[in-house]
Amino acid sequence: MKNIINVKKLTKKFKSIVAVDNISFGVREGEIFAFLGPNGAGKSTTIKMLTTLLDPTEGEIVINGSNPSENKDAVRHSFGIVFQDASLDEDLTAWENMQFHAVLYGIPKEIRNDRVEEMLRFVELWDRRKDLVKTFSGGMRRRLEIARGLLHHPKILFLDEPTLGLDPQTRNHTWNYIKNVNKNENMTVFFTTHYMEEAEKIADNIAVIDHGKIVAKGTTKQLLNQTRTSTLEEAFLSLTGHQIRDEEVSSLDRMRQRRFMHRH
Amino acid sequence: MNTIYILWLRQLKKYFRSKSRIVGSLGQPLLFMIAFGFGFGSIYQRAGEGNYIEFLAPGIILMSVLMTGMFSGVDIIWDKQFGFLKETLVAPVSRFEIVLGKTLGGATVAVIQGIIVFLLTLVMGFRLQTMADIFPAFVFVFLVALLFTSLGTAIASILEDMQGFQLIMNFLVMPTVFLSGAFFPLKGLPRAIEFLTKINPLTYGMDGLRGALINVSTYPIYMDLFILSVVTLVLLGIGSYLFSKIQA
Repeated sequence: MKNIINVKKLTKKFKSIVAVDNISFGVREGEIFAFLGPNGAGKSTTIKMLTTLLDPTEGEIVINGSNPSENKDAVRHSFGIVFQDASLDEDLTAWENMQFHAVLYGIPKEIRNDRVEEMLRFVELWDRRKDLVKTFSGGMRRRLEIARGLLHHPKILFLDEPTLGLDPQTRNHTWNYIKNVNKNENMTVFFTTHYMEEAEKIADNIAVIDHGKIVAKGTTKQLLNQTRTSTLEEAFLSLTGHQIRDEEVSSLDRMRQRRFMHRH
Repeated sequence: MNTIYILWLRQLKKYFRSKSRIVGSLGQPLLFMIAFGFGFGSIYQRAGEGNYIEFLAPGIILMSVLMTGMFSGVDIIWDKQFGFLKETLVAPVSRFEIVLGKTLGGATVAVIQGIIVFLLTLVMGFRLQTMADIFPAFVFVFLVALLFTSLGTAIASILEDMQGFQLIMNFLVMPTVFLSGAFFPLKGLPRAIEFLTKINPLTYGMDGLRGALINVSTYPIYMDLFILSVVTLVLLGIGSYLFSKIQA
C-alpha cells in the first residue's frame, strides 16, 4: 500500500528553539496512525506543518501527492481536522456551522444540504441542528466537529486529542464514528492522544515523538517488544521517561485553557 | 465569491442575534444626544450658531458607526480565542477573501447601526432638509464604516487577546471621535489641536456627512470623499495584509 503522508527530514525552528528535529515517517493510506508524545514534544508543531498552518524550516512533506507549503489548497482539500480545542462558532447553530464549512470547501449547492443532513444524522445531532452551539455539551461539540471535519469527504482526518475531557461513553462513541468512516471510506486517520489505552486499542501504527525527535515507530506489539513492557503506557513511559513536562504556553493558550476549564 | 458572502452573512447573523448588544450600543449615542443636545443646545444657540441638535446628530451617527465598525473588526480576537479562526485558516480559500468578507460584513453591521441611530435622532428632533440627502450621506457613512472596520481588523490581527483593547478604546477611539468635530465646530482651535483634527480621517467623514445632511461643511465635499476613500483603501489593504500574516 502506498503512503498517503510522507515526511522526510522535517525540522522546525522557532528562533533558537528546535521544536521538531529532523523527523521522518510515513502513514499508509487507510490506516489509523497514532502520533504520541509528552506535552511540548513537538506533536502540535508537526500537525500544524502537515495541515498547512506552519511552513517547515527544513525537510519535505507530501500529503496525498502534494506539498503543503507549495500547494496549500490541494492539501487543504484532502484533509479534515478536529483541533485540540474548540473551533466552532458558538453563536451559530449546528446547521449553520456545517453550512459555513460546506461553502468554504466548495461543496456544490445541489448536494450541500443532503450532505450536511447525512453527517448530522451520522453523529446523531440532526434533532439539535437548529440549536446554537453555545447550548451544546463538550461531547456534542466534539461530535459536531467530527461531522464537520468529514463533511467534504477528506482522504485524511487529523484529530488532535479528540477525546480530551470527554467521559468514557462519549469517548467510545467518538471512536466508533471514526472507525466507521475509516473502514467504509478507506479514510486515513492521524491522531494524537494522551490516553494510551486508546492508541493501543485503535491505532494500526504508532510513532512516539520526544524532544522533537521520533524515538520509536511501529505497531503496539513492536513497541512492547522493543521496550520489554506489557502495556503501551509502560512502553511510552520507558521511551520518554517519567519526568513531568512543563510546556511553555502562549497567552492565547492560557486563555483557551481558562475557558476550557470554565466549560467543564 | 461564495466565501466572501458566507463570511459577510455570518457577521450579520451574529449581529442580529445579539439583541442585548444592539440595545446596549444605543445607550451611549442616546446619552450623548440628551446630555450634549439639551445641555449645550441653548449655549450654542446664544452663540449664534443655530440649532445644536442639527449639528450634533450627524456627529452622534458617525460616532456609533465608528464604534460598531471597530468592534466588528476586533471580533477577530474572539475568533482567535474561541478557536474558530483556525477553521477558516485551514480551509482551501484565500485569506484575502476571508478578510474581505469579514470586513464587508462588519461594515454592513456598522451602517445598520448608523441607520438605527439616525432614526433615534429623528425622535430627538433632527430633521432632514430633503430626502435626497440620504444618498450622499449613505456614501460617507459606508466609507467611515469600512475604514474603521478595517482598522479594527488590522489591530485585532496583531493583538493576541482582549487586554490591549481597553487601551485602544481610550487612546484611539475616543480621541478620534472628539477631535473630528463630532460634537463641536472645528473653529478657532489651538494650532496643535487643529493639526490633530486635520490628520484625523474621521474629520473628513464628519465634514462630508454634515455637508450632505445639513449643508454645512468646512471642506469641499469632493475633497472629503477623496481623502476618506484613499484612507479607507489604504487601511483595507493594511488590515488584509496583517490578517494574512496571522500565525495559527
